[in-house]
Amino acid sequence: MKIFGDEDRSRILSFTILAVLLLVVFPLVFDIFRLNLVAKYLSLAFAAVGLVVCWGYCGILSLGQGIFWGLGGYCLAAFLKLEAAKSIALEAGTDQIKALTTVGLPDFMDWNQITELPYVWYPFKSFPLTMLCIFLVPTVIAYIIGAAIFKRRISGVYFAIITQAMCWIMEILFVTRQGWTGGINGVTDLRTCLGWDIRTQLAQYLLYFLTAILLLAVIVLCQKVLSSKLGQLMIAIRDMEDRVRFSGYDVSNFKIFAFCFSAVISAIGGAMFVLNVGFMSPKLVTIGPSIYMVIFCALGGRHSLIGAVYGTLIVCFGRTFFSEQYPELWMFIMGGIFVIITVACPKGLAGLIEDYGRQSMAFLRNNLKCNKLRPHGKKKIQART
Amino acid sequence: MRLLRKRNLLFLQKMIKEVFMNSIDCALYIENLTVSFDGFKAVDEVNIYVKKGSVHVVIGPNGAGKTTLLDLICGKTKPTAGSIQFDKHELTTMHEQEIVQVGVGRKFQTPSIYPALTVFQNLEVSYPKGRGVWGALSFKRDQAVIDRIHEISEMVYLSDKLQTRGELLSHGQKQWLEIGMLLIADLQMILLDEPVAGMSVHERKQTAELIKIISKNRSVLVIEHDMNFVREIAHRVNVMHQGRVIAEGSMETVERNEKVIEVYLGH
Repeated sequence: MKIFGDEDRSRILSFTILAVLLLVVFPLVFDIFRLNLVAKYLSLAFAAVGLVVCWGYCGILSLGQGIFWGLGGYCLAAFLKLEAAKSIALEAGTDQIKALTTVGLPDFMDWNQITELPYVWYPFKSFPLTMLCIFLVPTVIAYIIGAAIFKRRISGVYFAIITQAMCWIMEILFVTRQGWTGGINGVTDLRTCLGWDIRTQLAQYLLYFLTAILLLAVIVLCQKVLSSKLGQLMIAIRDMEDRVRFSGYDVSNFKIFAFCFSAVISAIGGAMFVLNVGFMSPKLVTIGPSIYMVIFCALGGRHSLIGAVYGTLIVCFGRTFFSEQYPELWMFIMGGIFVIITVACPKGLAGLIEDYGRQSMAFLRNNLKCNKLRPHGKKKIQART
Repeated sequence: MRLLRKRNLLFLQKMIKEVFMNSIDCALYIENLTVSFDGFKAVDEVNIYVKKGSVHVVIGPNGAGKTTLLDLICGKTKPTAGSIQFDKHELTTMHEQEIVQVGVGRKFQTPSIYPALTVFQNLEVSYPKGRGVWGALSFKRDQAVIDRIHEISEMVYLSDKLQTRGELLSHGQKQWLEIGMLLIADLQMILLDEPVAGMSVHERKQTAELIKIISKNRSVLVIEHDMNFVREIAHRVNVMHQGRVIAEGSMETVERNEKVIEVYLGH
């Protein structure tokens, strides 16, 4: 029982450090421009945290988290766009040049000769329905994909390939249905949320804190799920799927749950991205960004919820820094990091810190004699590949 | 004439079956079980009846179809023909998890435990409560669960290893843990695929003791190669060869069977 206590303590410690970093240090150190960048990164971190649950714990490598992240984002963007369209109509009044030909419709619909709001946009007229959609749409899509694949017992690399293909399908769909989705430009020029201007500095500050707090809340929620019997079962399924099946569990249901759960988490991130950045585009939800999400998770340590956040921040800061300084080098560095991490320390940064932390803790304990000497205190837990 | 003989034979078979079913309380009925992989019959019209509360052992040379037999019972492989009945359930039409839920569980040949979880967690995950997604999410580790885990871990000689991760156990301990995982799941019928493979002499003795204890209130079907071990635990033995049952009876009678000596025991 003592080992549990230790694990809990180190978890609480690292969670506190992350919370202080996000809620105190970053707002003090960064100006609003950089802080807004961090908010953008944090909204990507949601997807990485979701991947920890479904990839790190349940062993489902999804290369299509961008789909769900994007769906969450598009749902909120649709709501904000309708609001923006309404305010444009109000501003223009009777001015024929300023006013769009169809009052209250998003501008891109007008450019595509759509004169009536498509029925799929109807739910986004109401704020509560939009909130519901942010959760429901990704869940339903993830459920359909998951049920179709896991019930047939397809897993591993085949699943990864299918999700990647899904990503591409989603991009093509959103680019080609221009009148409904804004095409390649996406949904842009978002202004207010429930009448509150999201472009002011104050709003950006508040939205940064909202994103950070939501992310921390999601981490707590995930930790709750992972420390339940469900979490243990996920690990069991990852390591020994047949044994779980022959212990009386319907494995596919658990996999579907993990996949849907991570989809919802990603979707929250997508919605926060839209609030922070003010637009959504198909470029952000396709194969590339989805693979980035996997890299965030792998670098931070795919068994660590908190590691995933650090992984995201490091890669994103790296991308911003290097692409400002040496734009052509960045892709090589990125690839290099990914290869080195997967080969040298498959448990990522969190794994490294965990191993060294355990060693130094044991060292301290043995030297200071503040605690009874434990026979297995110094034993290094073997890295599992 | 031939038709008449065939009809007679069928009648006789039916009678034998009925006598069997009525006179002996059987847990598991395996009848005319056949499975063919691209024309190769791995299990060929096998009939096995496992009595309630007994230890039934299936022996035979490599490739005799023993493991395939277990695969068929636990639903991993679907049979081409025949039936497997347990407690009025027809197992051949059920999913793997449903078969476990009616009370038939299986230990694999290579120890299959969860390496990243502790012994305690391994047993907890196998506890027959919270088998659905929402059930697992709301599952509470109450005193009944803890007591049961302690009880089982004592039975399988692992009570001092509860906080050890599965991957750090020795081979024999992993085998025991997997048996413990079946015990905690409250099964009426346990299938063991080579439970003492890779165990030391001392561990084999302990395992034999364990099987004697667990067979008191449930049935056990064992596949094994170690003859001394079989002699110690078996109430009834089936010998399989090339997918067919070639002998059946107590260990003494089977050991004296000429055919068995020729294909398996002899030399």
